[in-house]
Amino acid sequence: MGFKDYCFRKSLWVFHFGGASCNNCDIEILDCLTPRHDLERFGILLVGSIRHADVLLVNGSINTRDKDRLIELYRQAPKPILVVAIGACGCTGGIFAESITFAGPVDAIIPVDAYIPGCPPKPEAIIAGIVKLAGKK
Amino acid sequence: MSKKTLIPIGPYHPLQEEPELFKLFCDGEIVRDIKWETGYNHRSIEKLSESKTYDQVFFLVERICGICSTSHPFAFANAVEEIAGIEITDRAKYIRSIIGELERLHSHLLWVGLAGHFLGYNTVFMWAWKYREPVLDLFEMITGNRNSYAMFKVGGVRRDIENSKIPVIRKVLSDARKKIDLLAGAVMDDPVIHARTKGVGVLTRQDIIDYAAVGPTARASGVAIDIRKDDPYAAYPLVNWKVITAEGGDVFAKAEVRLLEMYESISIIEQCLDGLEKVREGDITIKVNEIPEGIGAGRAEAPRGEVFHFVVSDGSNSPARHKIRAPSYVNIATFKKSCIGQTIADATISLAAVDPCYCCTERMAAAYDVSSGKRLLNANDLIGLSLKRTEEIRKSGAGHE
Amino acid sequence: METEEVIENIAKKFISDTVAFDLVKSRRGIITIRHTALTAIAEYLYRSEGYRFIIASALHTRRGFEIYYHFSMDTSGLILSLHVILDKEKPRIESLSNMFSASNWIEREMHELFGIDFLNHPNQEKLISDGNWAEGVYPYRKEFK
Repeated sequence: MGFKDYCFRKSLWVFHFGGASCNNCDIEILDCLTPRHDLERFGILLVGSIRHADVLLVNGSINTRDKDRLIELYRQAPKPILVVAIGACGCTGGIFAESITFAGPVDAIIPVDAYIPGCPPKPEAIIAGIVKLAGKK
Repeated sequence: MSKKTLIPIGPYHPLQEEPELFKLFCDGEIVRDIKWETGYNHRSIEKLSESKTYDQVFFLVERICGICSTSHPFAFANAVEEIAGIEITDRAKYIRSIIGELERLHSHLLWVGLAGHFLGYNTVFMWAWKYREPVLDLFEMITGNRNSYAMFKVGGVRRDIENSKIPVIRKVLSDARKKIDLLAGAVMDDPVIHARTKGVGVLTRQDIIDYAAVGPTARASGVAIDIRKDDPYAAYPLVNWKVITAEGGDVFAKAEVRLLEMYESISIIEQCLDGLEKVREGDITIKVNEIPEGIGAGRAEAPRGEVFHFVVSDGSNSPARHKIRAPSYVNIATFKKSCIGQTIADATISLAAVDPCYCCTERMAAAYDVSSGKRLLNANDLIGLSLKRTEEIRKSGAGHE
Repeated sequence: METEEVIENIAKKFISDTVAFDLVKSRRGIITIRHTALTAIAEYLYRSEGYRFIIASALHTRRGFEIYYHFSMDTSGLILSLHVILDKEKPRIESLSNMFSASNWIEREMHELFGIDFLNHPNQEKLISDGNWAEGVYPYRKEFK
């Protein structure tokens, strides 16, 4: 396998950025840490700084105020970084794509490696998506 | 080790120019002033509503906030049904109240978990969120989704709760009662939690009236307002329950109100289930042909307080104007009173105590020097300070290990 | 107290300022008042009668800029809304935020979305528009032909 695949084989550290979201996705992501789903058994941790992250999770529709922050975040992220767009809003803007402050979707601002649709996607779907991304089946 | 105790919630950006939600201006340890910055979440929902049909608006308003997601369709339905002058069936009333109270349960459990995290009780956080799961499973069984239930429509509800499902719901509720006993015991009797929350983040009765705060924030200061009692709707006048209040107005009182409200919610749901068994299955909606011209004001008691929807109809398929006010809008403003004069270490829990919508809690606060305006601490640091304070209290012997 | 009684009381106290009774039904009342009388009537509701300010809803219609100030009498479940119509070119009205803090943010928001000026507001600064839209743009205003 290539160097990138080797790096991402296990123990992904994940940084989460919530745009203009309703929080359903944020809570389902956080839910992945709790005893029922327990992401940590895969060695997956939520980290507090983008500089420690292997994966950038983005959810919520991106509004004009968030756009610059997202670009800056991506710039600061150590490469290679995998970007995952979560939820209908992250993937396409969802119901808020017609809003006057909409500046997205995520893949119009930064390159995206994976999409996990849903409103919100269940923790099982989020875990399946991230694990799939890491090369595990 | 330290990575595990500080579970970061959401995107704390240690970027230099990050505008946090609350800027605390500090003089040494004491908070002297607070500025609130927002706009990061603005999605022009009120304007979007004018381009959707009444049926579509329900899906839109459900996504205003994920935790209070049912309260918005609830208030909107009340407003529109007021304009149309219709009354829904009893079965629809019971179902609406069941969904509303299940949401209150899961929301308060979520809050208990977050409060636990901010105080350094990560076990409480894990437990509370673990006990939330069966409630979310119930939602999935009844509505098909763990969040955003799409249950409301003008004239009733979209899906029935079949009587065959009722025994399952009853079982989950009776288990939940025992789990809440556990949580309540762990939180309410712990002397360290007492030390961290009593006298902290106090809002007086006069503060509540001046800011027109609502929900548990108001009830914890002895102001007994609750839309379910004051302006009754759905099945609330059909069942027996009481409004929970506390005196003290501090973080402890707010926690007490939320914990006790969970028991009331369970009781309301159980009575509504009894009600479902007495009325005809399937009778969940009435036909509505059009929404006439008119004005309606609808409200509902969300877990955080009064949700208010004001709808102006011009007789067409879409609202001509739809004004939405979530409870956090009036509650968050009270931080001016609850945080100023306190230490920075107490700031996080005081802010969390009014239970701002989670997206607000994510980017909570940063501390700035009051004279130089320089940023001193970011959100992560503030939580760290809060955890340190808890450790100090524990070590000084005020608590147990 | 029934809505009719409440509205009668207000009409008696503020005869010259009451323009119309738009809605009078169980637990809901809307009165159109002269915008110059807003502070006096709001003060009567808040200080003398103990109403709670819920929120204010602004609209842009052919008549001009309209605002509904919603007050709640929690003991009876009544929502009493004071309706004012402001000038089309220069919409302005006295701020309520010197009387209580509850209206502070919504007046700032209405200023940003509609361009309504709230006179003597303690801090009419940006609340939600920073970074979201440009100065002088009022996104909730409509175009009328």
